[in-house]
Amino acid sequence: MTRSLVLRTPGDRYSLKLNIRVLKMTLALTALLAISSILALASGSHPTSFMDVLGTLAAPARSDLALIILEIRLPRVIMAILVGAALGSAGLILQGLVRNPLASPDVIGITSGASAAAVLFLWLGGITGTSLLLAPVAMGGAFTVALCITALAWHRGISPARLVLVGVGLAAALTAVTTLLLVLSPDSTAMNAYIWLTGSLYASQWHDVTALTPWLAVCLPLALIKLRHLDAQSMGEDMARGLGSALQGHRLLFLVLAVALAGSAVAYAGAVGFIGLIAPHMARRLVTSGHTGLLPIAALIGALILLYADWIGRVVFIPRDLPAGVFVAGIGAPFFVYLLYRLRHEPG
Amino acid sequence: MLTSLLARTSGALLCLTFFVVAMASSLVFGNIPVSLDMLIASCLDYDPGSLEHLVIRTERFSRTVTALIVGAGLAIAGVLMQTLTRNPLASPGILGVNAGAMFFVVVGATLFSLTSPSELVWAAFTGAATAAFLVYFLGQEAGRGISPVRTVLAGVAVTALFVSFAQGLLILNQNRFESILFWLAGSVSGRELATIVPLLPGFGLALLVALLLSRQLNLLGLDDEVIRGLGLRVGQIRLLVGLTVIVLAGTSVAMAGLIGFVGLIVPHMARGIFGTDHRWLLPMSAILGATLLLAADTVARMIIPPQEVPVGVMTALLGTPLFLYLARQVRQLS
Repeated sequence: MTRSLVLRTPGDRYSLKLNIRVLKMTLALTALLAISSILALASGSHPTSFMDVLGTLAAPARSDLALIILEIRLPRVIMAILVGAALGSAGLILQGLVRNPLASPDVIGITSGASAAAVLFLWLGGITGTSLLLAPVAMGGAFTVALCITALAWHRGISPARLVLVGVGLAAALTAVTTLLLVLSPDSTAMNAYIWLTGSLYASQWHDVTALTPWLAVCLPLALIKLRHLDAQSMGEDMARGLGSALQGHRLLFLVLAVALAGSAVAYAGAVGFIGLIAPHMARRLVTSGHTGLLPIAALIGALILLYADWIGRVVFIPRDLPAGVFVAGIGAPFFVYLLYRLRHEPG
Repeated sequence: MLTSLLARTSGALLCLTFFVVAMASSLVFGNIPVSLDMLIASCLDYDPGSLEHLVIRTERFSRTVTALIVGAGLAIAGVLMQTLTRNPLASPGILGVNAGAMFFVVVGATLFSLTSPSELVWAAFTGAATAAFLVYFLGQEAGRGISPVRTVLAGVAVTALFVSFAQGLLILNQNRFESILFWLAGSVSGRELATIVPLLPGFGLALLVALLLSRQLNLLGLDDEVIRGLGLRVGQIRLLVGLTVIVLAGTSVAMAGLIGFVGLIVPHMARGIFGTDHRWLLPMSAILGATLLLAADTVARMIIPPQEVPVGVMTALLGTPLFLYLARQVRQLS
């Protein structure tokens, strides 16, 4: 039995049941994330001490140190947390929706759509630096592709198996288009596009943070409220209908949520892979719970993975600043092999 | 579908004709157009002073041979994989075998400075085998055997893994950008004939094994117990077929990098025309695969001259509609 904490309003009008283990794990991961963030803020090509960071955060002063910490490192750390959290939750929602443990935004083509749109934009504009329009364009790509996938997979409602296969097919075509554009571009543009494709948080700014936050602020609470319907669906379509869940309506909602989370994250950080695939599995190893309880854990784990990947890319190879995506794959691969070992014994 | 022997033979002859036409056009068309007379003259009476003769002998000829081998190899590998997994969506590209081979080739080329295909091919075999093992392992579902959707997802996940590693290497090694992009994008150009020749014996052997296994392959579509009842050693045959796939796909990748969808499209085409008997299916898939890749490569040179579209892009754009069609046919899977 899992122990739970139940909060009730007077008269039992509303009640909230919290799984104690999920609660503890959420708090522990949040604490770990906070410590890791301060660690990330303290390291970089300009050495700063732990105390300096805490002092600057508590009372911002006008100094070079404050500038480095508040204007350069802090937005980057926050972006890593937001992007990682968005990808982790998007992966959890998609895996629940498709009822397959190997689904993730990059596997079913959402990331490829964003990538193709972004590379097309960089190619048409011959852009070698950054551009403010890149993120909206990439997000547009993600939504367009999601729409195409849904339309092509539609057969009296959304069928999860088809959704996956159609997504895989479209992802392959879009990857081909991306490759074509890369080969046609001059080297400077191609390299720039490649760094974007790997996923990099280099030169993240406060306006990126303010642009990404609303997406998470809307999607995550909505997901938390609605995810119990995914638990019903995981018991089978008939069971979900019997429990009074609007099957197709909820599938559509979850798809939109997953695309919004993954699309916005990828738009600002580039095509970071794997977090959506592995974060939900790590969450399932830590707690046994329905999707509602898993969501905060998966989001926190996603944030931790990207934070550390970005930290390695930024600090270990000074003076070079390597894209975080490289190290996400590096952290993800060993876990992926472990996953493969475990998945054999689980029905999927 | 053609059923009578006469119809099949004439179908086969027609395919052969297409193949010869595709081969000739692959030699003739390009940045420097060559007339057919010139082509014949360059074979019979080679004149080193003539630019056209030089182009044919040094560049076009090796390119045509590469496309031919890679096309045939991927197509046969596709047939074998579809039969082996009983999954219409299987192919070396979709199931990650090509990506595994590509990543190991990229590692060999960048970290160990291997250059010739005869060295790289061993890296490709290792990679193809690793990926095939991973996907086979992941595609199994407890108690229910191999599930098609799950296998495809496993393949895609493994592909994503290896491609992102290759991209990481690309960024760490920016001075090798061009050469790594070659493997990632897939191309049949720029290979010298002398470097391909050492790969041919292994490739030929794998082809021969596949053709000799035709009868056994015909039976693999049946239930395991029925096959055993017929006196066939299922495990051994599966292993042999798997090894053949690895050699064929590995050789193709070592020569031309990542070229997807040939292994998916061609078996379906060939099955549509010649039926499911592997004694016809295998040789005809080889011919159609070679024809498809030769044609795709020739067209790729003509779309935006003087630049070339990578041939892997061409095949992917051709193959996606078919994949989507097949995906819509697959029912009640997850």
